Amino acid sequence: MNEALAKPELVCPAGSLRALKMAIDAGADAVYLGLRNATNARNFAGLNFDDAQLREGLDYAHARGRKVLMALNTYARADDVSPWFAAVDTAARLGADALICADIAVMAHARKNHPDLRLHLSVQASATSHEAIAFYQRHYGIQRAVLPRVLTLSQVGQVLRHTDVEIEVFGFGSLCVMVEGRCALSSYATGQSPNNAGVCSPPAAVRWHDTPIGVEARLNGLLIDRYAKEEPRGYPTLCKGRFDVEGVRDYAIEEPTSLNTLAILPELIRLGVRAIKIEGRQRSPNYVEQVTQVWRQAIDAAAAAPARFRVEPRWTAALGHLAEGQQHTLGAYDRPWK
Amino acid sequence: MSATPAMPDTRIAITVGPLLYFWPRDQLIHFYADVAESAADTVVLGEVVCSRRHDMKLADWLALARDLATAGKEVVLATLALIESESDLRALRRVAEQGEFLVEAGDTSALNMLAESQVRFVLGPHINVYSLAALHEYTRLGALRWVPPVELSLSSIGAINGAGALLPTEVYAHGRIPLAFSARCFTARHHRLSKDQCEFRCKDDADGLLLSTADGQPFLVLNGIQTQSAAQQCLITERAALLNAGVSRVRLSPSSKQFDKVIETYDGVMNKGHDANAALSMLDGLSPAGGLANGFAHGRPGNEWSSS
Repeated sequence: MNEALAKPELVCPAGSLRALKMAIDAGADAVYLGLRNATNARNFAGLNFDDAQLREGLDYAHARGRKVLMALNTYARADDVSPWFAAVDTAARLGADALICADIAVMAHARKNHPDLRLHLSVQASATSHEAIAFYQRHYGIQRAVLPRVLTLSQVGQVLRHTDVEIEVFGFGSLCVMVEGRCALSSYATGQSPNNAGVCSPPAAVRWHDTPIGVEARLNGLLIDRYAKEEPRGYPTLCKGRFDVEGVRDYAIEEPTSLNTLAILPELIRLGVRAIKIEGRQRSPNYVEQVTQVWRQAIDAAAAAPARFRVEPRWTAALGHLAEGQQHTLGAYDRPWK
Repeated sequence: MSATPAMPDTRIAITVGPLLYFWPRDQLIHFYADVAESAADTVVLGEVVCSRRHDMKLADWLALARDLATAGKEVVLATLALIESESDLRALRRVAEQGEFLVEAGDTSALNMLAESQVRFVLGPHINVYSLAALHEYTRLGALRWVPPVELSLSSIGAINGAGALLPTEVYAHGRIPLAFSARCFTARHHRLSKDQCEFRCKDDADGLLLSTADGQPFLVLNGIQTQSAAQQCLITERAALLNAGVSRVRLSPSSKQFDKVIETYDGVMNKGHDANAALSMLDGLSPAGGLANGFAHGRPGNEWSSS
């Protein structure tokens, strides 16, 4: 097979204006970003955009022919939906290229007030089948859906065969083992979750304790992990902790690995995936730049000559270095546990 | 707490939620025979966790549903919370289109089929409704009752229901709380088995497989691809707050020990003026490792207990 394939968009995270510019300069086709409040799922101190920065970011991207997608992917709060609706209005007024949304309250508001604004279905809506995607297409006119990280490659193929909505998948970054948008583990332990506050295992709830038997990582008082003196320490995301089940202590839910789908890039493109998403709005601008550079080269190579595609050792080295010693896996795309 | 009135004038309906565990068929049939004799108004049937658990085929669930309907119960058929494959979708379509019983949507795939067939449905707890605006949308598309997401507080539910509830509201009131779903089976993983050769080991855990922190605190429960709280949600002392929030039904989630007592206790406190604190001690005595919690109802971490 020598023919070139349609190139998927490379969609990169922008937690700040600097990250946005570096991602664009490194070859991102689109960046995604959120406002500085609970309307998006990376609601961390020091991240995200105010109106002036959003304007500057849009100008920077549009001047270079790239797109800006605005993540509005938490659920509008019962006591006050206005920040979510205001964020939709801001996106439309300032000229964002699409909204990434999960809540049908947000979609309905956008559809009614800004019918020309493109809607992307966030992974937080957890649409795992073509029927679920059809629901949002039929009732809210969504034009793209981001698939949850729980689907296998063949399930991604099944979805693509049955929908004309554009499909975006995660290519690289942190891995959620739980279905996104339907996980209340973090609020069970801390009161705050991705759906209700845009955070998971929030930093304000984390405490580190030096004890004679090791360094403890606690989340709102719950012991998530205990590390020996020389052991590398990870952030205590609660599903990645070590727990006891029937007397066996292990990563009972998920090992602290991260996702890397470079190896199956030609298959993803052949299946008709229209966009590849890089996770990590909470990461540094340098991280975003380096990951974007690698993925730009990889997508160009895979689309130009899929049969000859191979993962360059320098890409693996660059990405491995960035992942801070974590193992990379293909996640659910190639489920070794199945 | 203040004394409960002797004869409450507003009935709070009792729903037995879907069985979340994989019980041997005999145990399951016996359980529902007891439910048929109980004070429960509504019974939700069907497998909602794992598509590999199929001791009970749709025809078996329907037969059981008819028996319970004959016993005077309203029966609702619930669908899987996580749909992944084409065969999941085919099974889902058979439930959505059976036409005999009301359906509770477990995910958006189900919503699509139900809205398309223009039949009314119940919004299960894994459909994300966090605002009145969202509830309006689902109502427009055919919802006739809703079970709020488990993490939603009573004050948020009250804000959504306002002066008069748009839809009858059923709160997840008692039982270990379903918190998350994964493509991966954690029970199989614990036994070092693959998901496709899982030997149905979750059948050994009638109330799930306990997971504790390294310092011995019961924290979560593994139930196949579902992760639950170790603590049981318990809203037995919240009658006034439930009514204030516009809640008209409580959902009790099946557990293996003396569930008939749980139903009787809730009916007693919610509808017969029985003392809530005495009921609480009784339920505490029945609860498995992890005890009782009501944090979500109060807008607190879900594993907390607050007495107010």
